Amino acid sequence: MTKTILEMRGITKTFPGVKALSDVNLDVREGEIHAICGENGAGKSTLMKVLSGVYPTGSYDGQIIYQGEEQHFKSISDSEHKGIVIIHQELALVPLLSIAENIFLGNEQAKGGIIDWDETRDGARKLLKMVGLKEDPDTLITNIGVGKQQLVEIAKALSKQVQLLILDEPTASLSEKDSQALLDLLLEFKKRGITSIIISHKLNEISRIADRVTVIRDGKSIETMNTEDITEDRIITSMVGRALNDRYPSRTPNVGEVVLEVRNWNVFHPQHRERQIIRDVNISLRKGEVVGIAGLMGSGRTEFAMSVFGKSYGQKISGEVFVNGQKVDTSSVDKSIRNGIAYATEDRKTYGLNLIDHIKHNTTIANLMGVSRWGVIDDLAELDAANDYRKKTNIRSSSVYQVVGNLSGGNQQKVVLSKWLYANPDVLILDEPTRGIDVGAKYEIYTIINQLAAQGKAILVISSEMPELLGITDRLYVMNEGRIVGEMPTSEASQEKIMRSIVRAEGKAS
Amino acid sequence: MTTETAPTGTGSAAQPAQAHEMTLMGALRANMRDYGLLLALILIMLFFQYFTNGVLFKPVNLTNIILQNSYIIVMALGMLLVIVAGHIDLSVGSVSGFIGALAAMLMVGWNFPPELAFLAHPLVAGAICLVAGAAIGAAQGYIIAYHRVPAFIVTLAGMLIFKGLSLAILAGKSVGPFPAEFQMLSAGFIPDIVGPITMPWLAENGQNVVLHSTTMVIAILAIVGMVFFSIRGRGRRLARGYDVEPFSLFIIKNVVIAALVLFFAYMLASYRGLPNVLVVMGVLIAFFVFMTKRLTFGRRIYALGGNLKAAALSGIKTERTTFYIFAIMGALAALAGMIYAARLNSATPKAGQGLELDVIAAVFIGGASALGGVGQVAGAVIGAFIMGVMNNGMSIMGVNIDWQQMIKGVVLLAAVFFDLYNKNRSA
Repeated sequence: MTKTILEMRGITKTFPGVKALSDVNLDVREGEIHAICGENGAGKSTLMKVLSGVYPTGSYDGQIIYQGEEQHFKSISDSEHKGIVIIHQELALVPLLSIAENIFLGNEQAKGGIIDWDETRDGARKLLKMVGLKEDPDTLITNIGVGKQQLVEIAKALSKQVQLLILDEPTASLSEKDSQALLDLLLEFKKRGITSIIISHKLNEISRIADRVTVIRDGKSIETMNTEDITEDRIITSMVGRALNDRYPSRTPNVGEVVLEVRNWNVFHPQHRERQIIRDVNISLRKGEVVGIAGLMGSGRTEFAMSVFGKSYGQKISGEVFVNGQKVDTSSVDKSIRNGIAYATEDRKTYGLNLIDHIKHNTTIANLMGVSRWGVIDDLAELDAANDYRKKTNIRSSSVYQVVGNLSGGNQQKVVLSKWLYANPDVLILDEPTRGIDVGAKYEIYTIINQLAAQGKAILVISSEMPELLGITDRLYVMNEGRIVGEMPTSEASQEKIMRSIVRAEGKAS
Repeated sequence: MTTETAPTGTGSAAQPAQAHEMTLMGALRANMRDYGLLLALILIMLFFQYFTNGVLFKPVNLTNIILQNSYIIVMALGMLLVIVAGHIDLSVGSVSGFIGALAAMLMVGWNFPPELAFLAHPLVAGAICLVAGAAIGAAQGYIIAYHRVPAFIVTLAGMLIFKGLSLAILAGKSVGPFPAEFQMLSAGFIPDIVGPITMPWLAENGQNVVLHSTTMVIAILAIVGMVFFSIRGRGRRLARGYDVEPFSLFIIKNVVIAALVLFFAYMLASYRGLPNVLVVMGVLIAFFVFMTKRLTFGRRIYALGGNLKAAALSGIKTERTTFYIFAIMGALAALAGMIYAARLNSATPKAGQGLELDVIAAVFIGGASALGGVGQVAGAVIGAFIMGVMNNGMSIMGVNIDWQQMIKGVVLLAAVFFDLYNKNRSA
């Protein structure tokens, strides 16, 4: 019987009007990898904030027993002192400082306030070796990718003599390869006796590395499962409180004539004029069709979509766009929208929503013409429209006056969808429509996509989750290094087949 | 933030049966910030009324407060747009000073040949000044919007440039006085077409109170209009099945506003009536409230201030919108410069200096966020009046200018601090 390192007992945390956590229990054994699963808004992050002292002692009820003693953390530095380090989904690195400076930020290797640079670099080098990152410690954070930044965060945690490492959705923005490396690293840490808590939506990862899983639903701890009991279906059932027999709603495609055609599309990098990002891409979409673009991170899918949508990415763009057989001008976002093209971004917080404004204003902003005459907005027409789409997309909020920043990820994504549905496009490009949202909300989004297709919209889905693409599309393009390297009906596609076309293309390129 | 003063609605068009009133407390809480600011202004006024032994509410003094702060309020309207868009304009004080100087040179300083003499006509000169102001704003806006030079730097440069230019065209001297027609902009009052009414029963110390009755008529018309539109708006919301504020609050709100309007109108009417500049201000304030709440242009400003990238990807022409905002700011700075010059009846090289700070302070006291995306016209106007009443009250009390500055600084800090404190607590 291994020792329990952390026990949280009867944790209850209320916000004005909302009970975020009620009587949550969690026990974590020394040296294990403990996963926490739950839908968005279930209370996972709140629980971790209670643990790390973001919510100081006294602002919640219940006990935290860590290493055999009851703890009363007043701030993050209290918990870090005890070796509890949390790595948030949004990385907390300073982009224009070097890797070494970031690792020792707030913990500088200094004597009497004067930084010892040799010590700093040596220390950083040692830590980077431990996390398997081959980068010069003097490299600026802004010059390395997200995957490597994550490793720097972990190195930083190690520098604080971490005993309990908490990772909040560490692989959400990582490529398949980087995710694998990160998970392997966690297994490596486990061998060295570091305990980890990992919050994740990716059930396949959890079943791969976790020893035990605690499921949280609606602010309550539902159950804790051991390795031998962990299956994806079991976790899903526990998370949503019901069995989800089919993760993808079924649909009978009713495909019509071609709606969107992009011909000979070429795009160059916005800063480096010589670097070609998209090469001779030709795609077409039909009415009522859901088409996917598969590919690895950095294969150019987002760049392609954004360059088509109002030249929002890149320079020296060449090629033609046809909507319903007519050649159209997509040189600005507003012209693209008027020509019936909409693009819902992969990064809803940065590019998709005005987080400080409410649902109503976010819903109508891409189509203010629809609720105004002579530039004057009809208040009630706008309210009708917002309520209508709130209902259609099943946004869970107190009203359309709820501020979008306070919604859960899934509901925010539904607001993004509402906005583009209200613009009434013929072609809807959805970039990672279910990134970072939970299983239940994913199902709802797939249902909306199906309804749209049934209404005769053409939908282009970009996704890094291959099962998702296989589950919801009719036809697939495979993209690699800015080229279309494969096209297949989804009925004939499989993950292996997609990977094979990517690998074959890589072989040809080199 | 919400730009609605109306309470939240959870009803939907499909189910009109759901229409109901919110609770009184709920509605109060939803609009707490708006009421709080107005309450603060009223409390400050009562405070000075007491400590100035009743001088503050004297008709002549209230009229003065309006005249003294008119140019700040005019510029605060434009600054609100600039700050909501996430920018700042440090040049407005210098630009207003420069335009005052330009107005003086056009009307008084330059001796035009006879064929160009029409340029000196106050209306023509005024129009030239407005266009010049808009052009200055547009030039700065062009650099900010299309070349992405931070507004702080562009307008800091503008501040220095126009400070220098006013000195240059005035050749370091004061120029005046202005033609009488131009002075009317600040010193004039609307004519009493209805005719004065003597109210012998209100006589004080043997002096009859003579009311400027046109002012009262205008006030009553304004109240009738306000009540009509709020009843109609409420009816339309109810008919479409949306929540409305409780009837009691609705009545209280209308009665309180009507009483305040009547009270101030009575005060003004018992002096010399509505100042011309208040009419200009009133029209501008009404238009800017309408612009920020109902025009698509206004909505786009909030959208781009809230999230510039998301606004651009929603089809908003962010550069063009920013450009227009600065052009509007420039035109308003020009108007303010003329009001200021007309009030002093001369243009001086020092005119307008430091005004930008009062204007920016008014907007922030009024609840705008330095990060952009948040702020209300009504807030900025009340913020300007809070500053104005404090200036006026402290001057009457004989508080030294050094203390006045310090107290104003503390009030600015406290206002923004409490705002953020409340926001954090409710978040």
